[in-house]
Amino acid sequence: MKKKTINIAISGLNAIDSPGPGMAVARGLREAKSLDVRIIGLAYDTLEPMIYMHHLIDKTYQLPYPSAGTDAILSRIEYIHAQEDLDIIIPNFDAELYSFMKLEETLKKMGISMFLPTFEQFEERHKINLSKFGEKYDVTVPSNLGIYDTNEIPDETELTFPLVVKGKWYDAYIAYNKEQVKTYFNKISAKWGLPIILQEFIHGSEYNVTGLGDGKGNTIAAVPMRKQYITDKGKAWAGISIDEPELLELTHKFISATKWRGGFELELMKNQENKYYLLEINPRIPAWAYLSVGVGQNIPEALVKLALGEKVTPYSNYDVGKIFIRYSMDMIVDRKEFEKLSIDGEL
Amino acid sequence: MNIKKNIALSDSGYLFNPSSGESFVVNPIGIEIIDLIKQGKSFGDISKNLLQKYNTDEATLEKDYFDFLNMLRINQLINDEEKNN
Amino acid sequence: MEKLRYERPTLKKLEAGMPGKFGMPTSLQPTTHIDGVAVKELIDEYGSPLFVLSEQTIRSTFRKAQRAFSTRYPKVQFAWSYKTNYLSAICNVFHQEGSWAEVVSGFEYDKAIQHGVAGEKIIFNGPDKTEKDLAKAMQNNSLIHIDHLDELYTIIELTDKLNVKPKVAIRVNMDTGIQPMWDRFGFNFENGQAWDALNKIMHTNKMDLVGLHTHIGTFMLSANAYGVAAGKLAELAIGLKQKFNHEIKYIDMGGGFASKNTLKGVLLPGYDISPTFDDYAEAISTALLNANFQQDHLPLLILETGRALIDEAGSLLGTVISNKRLSQGKRTTIVDVGVNLLFTSFWYEHKVTPAQPFSQYSEETTVYGPLCMNIDVLRENINLPLLNKGDHIVVHHVGAYNMTQWMQFITLRPKVVIIDMEGKTHVIRENETQESITSFERMPEYLRKFD
Repeated sequence: MKKKTINIAISGLNAIDSPGPGMAVARGLREAKSLDVRIIGLAYDTLEPMIYMHHLIDKTYQLPYPSAGTDAILSRIEYIHAQEDLDIIIPNFDAELYSFMKLEETLKKMGISMFLPTFEQFEERHKINLSKFGEKYDVTVPSNLGIYDTNEIPDETELTFPLVVKGKWYDAYIAYNKEQVKTYFNKISAKWGLPIILQEFIHGSEYNVTGLGDGKGNTIAAVPMRKQYITDKGKAWAGISIDEPELLELTHKFISATKWRGGFELELMKNQENKYYLLEINPRIPAWAYLSVGVGQNIPEALVKLALGEKVTPYSNYDVGKIFIRYSMDMIVDRKEFEKLSIDGEL
Repeated sequence: MNIKKNIALSDSGYLFNPSSGESFVVNPIGIEIIDLIKQGKSFGDISKNLLQKYNTDEATLEKDYFDFLNMLRINQLINDEEKNN
Repeated sequence: MEKLRYERPTLKKLEAGMPGKFGMPTSLQPTTHIDGVAVKELIDEYGSPLFVLSEQTIRSTFRKAQRAFSTRYPKVQFAWSYKTNYLSAICNVFHQEGSWAEVVSGFEYDKAIQHGVAGEKIIFNGPDKTEKDLAKAMQNNSLIHIDHLDELYTIIELTDKLNVKPKVAIRVNMDTGIQPMWDRFGFNFENGQAWDALNKIMHTNKMDLVGLHTHIGTFMLSANAYGVAAGKLAELAIGLKQKFNHEIKYIDMGGGFASKNTLKGVLLPGYDISPTFDDYAEAISTALLNANFQQDHLPLLILETGRALIDEAGSLLGTVISNKRLSQGKRTTIVDVGVNLLFTSFWYEHKVTPAQPFSQYSEETTVYGPLCMNIDVLRENINLPLLNKGDHIVVHHVGAYNMTQWMQFITLRPKVVIIDMEGKTHVIRENETQESITSFERMPEYLRKFD
């Protein structure tokens, strides 16, 4: 029996040195045995590499930035929907999630499904609320302070250096003194707005878990990974799937306590005393999620099925000791393609 | 003065400068002006031509024309040596 | 043959990460009309710049807020925050809708009386109430919200002099988890100042303690903070009942609700992230209903919402004076609307739309006001369609604070009009003339002459 083609729009096509998750999601969907998909790319920048990878992305449309407001985004999606008859959208950028969550009901009425966290889940796990989150769900987190003005930076004596200066959406820098905190405050706030988060720096090694919650408290997928190589932007360039019951336990606890809906990534740090600190909860599939596909848990595929309202059997196993190694490659693109996208906003 | 010979301008308004590798977008009236310059038309001719077509006054057009020309010049899309040809 | 609309030629370099995209139709729509009245006609008739208020928007916004609260809580009263916009016509729209008056100075108090607001429906807030102001408010039976101990003692003295028992409340500041904490007004909850003040009021027995008031901040993007604040005021109210068997009549949650404007330094537009009246109402009424008030002894809930009720109803119309280029090639547009009229442009990224149709082409532009002052910047960076000299623009959501905080600086202030429910336009404030400013000046005789 021929499967119905599902039209899925995805963002995060920026497969650059600090990549968006679009590549992992597209490849997961292409390799999904149960799905026949047409993948529509949603791009913000004309040079996002995946726009030009036609074996992965069938067609790309430019989208207005979230700062243009949901009305602008909606009218653009209405246009895309009229061309492509979208079934599903998988937004892959943190900064666009809020807008898509806001549009979820409207899009649903248009026949476009998503599988996103609720506003409450989204807010609760926000960097700025991490301390409260830790308290509420009994998870160890580094101490955290959200500030709106450089005047609110505590005195040098009250701070322990180094500390991490983080933006609300992206960017993190390690500061060794108050002057640096100020510098990074200005640098990040100019780009991503306020507040800025000052976080205790935990020495140790980085562990990540990617997973999928069904919104009812069940874990559909969960794969823990140890970062093996980290770029100067703090991104994993290589990582290995690991067998660590404590991390899986923590993940199940996170999902069942919050009834997490959708994909996510937990960023953790294990200190010298082998204690895990939860540093961040990213409310979407991470860029390295292709490892989950490679070890037997196709998170993008399962997410699509959940979005379509199908019953999904939770994954219970994965291959331990598989390594992902990211690589970069140059492709050759004709100027005409760039021209078409620049002028028409689609390619 | 003329537009550099190797400049490629498509009907859609996409302009590519092969010597610098830079890409631009030009609006329709900009395309018209570039075409007229390429035909060797003087500002007087161009102004007359555009004033017939568009609802504006000579002073505004003159100001905008020379501003546009200056932008072409800043972006090295004009060859000033060909001035006397 | 009719001529085509002129648009200046543009050349825009394509750069990676460029925010304004060409291929995409701009989402911006021209604002040719406000409540059915053409912007061009408004400017032709009343001049440019021009403040325009929509009565329809004011009333529908007010009713939305009223509904959000009254469907969740049985006793709700709004009090119009005069400082937000005290043009008499505007105040009266709110009074017609049933609002009381909330004032913070003798000037505003007298204005409310002038409008015909009954004394007992005026809430008198703020740190600066003179003895004269207080005496007047006491005799009119107004609701005096005490800000500090010095004021409390002045009132106690006055009660003897005037032989009246004034109706008072105290303003309470508190930690609601929001930074910065507004602790400069009123008495602090956490450190016991609030209880000290309440004890004094109860023990003197010279005042009628009718309410508790707080005002936790401005442009609050978190509705939950109001829930925390309402909970704390409820705790004080219940404490008063237990300790003195005294029941207060109302809890006043103040204002601070955000409008749909976009704050500078915030990534997403206010339109998307500002909580709705329903969000605020849910947080406040849930906290009050969950407090241990007896079912039929719930206090009246007073709201002093200003900004969120009026911001969207105001527009500022203006005209393009010139298009220029800065030394580095940056496009700038000078309009006749400056920071003298638009105080709020210091903290908002005001939405600006052209008042006439435009093409999909646009340029990154800095919009300057007309003042010969470097600070006069309306928008540092806006992707604006190509405007011609003489074209009109509309600055949106300017109803709050601008018509009270504007300044007469360099030039004169323009007219303010309101478009009524039938689409008819009325002037509600005349433009200033040379005379209106110079008539206040006095020239000493010896300075009259010079060569």
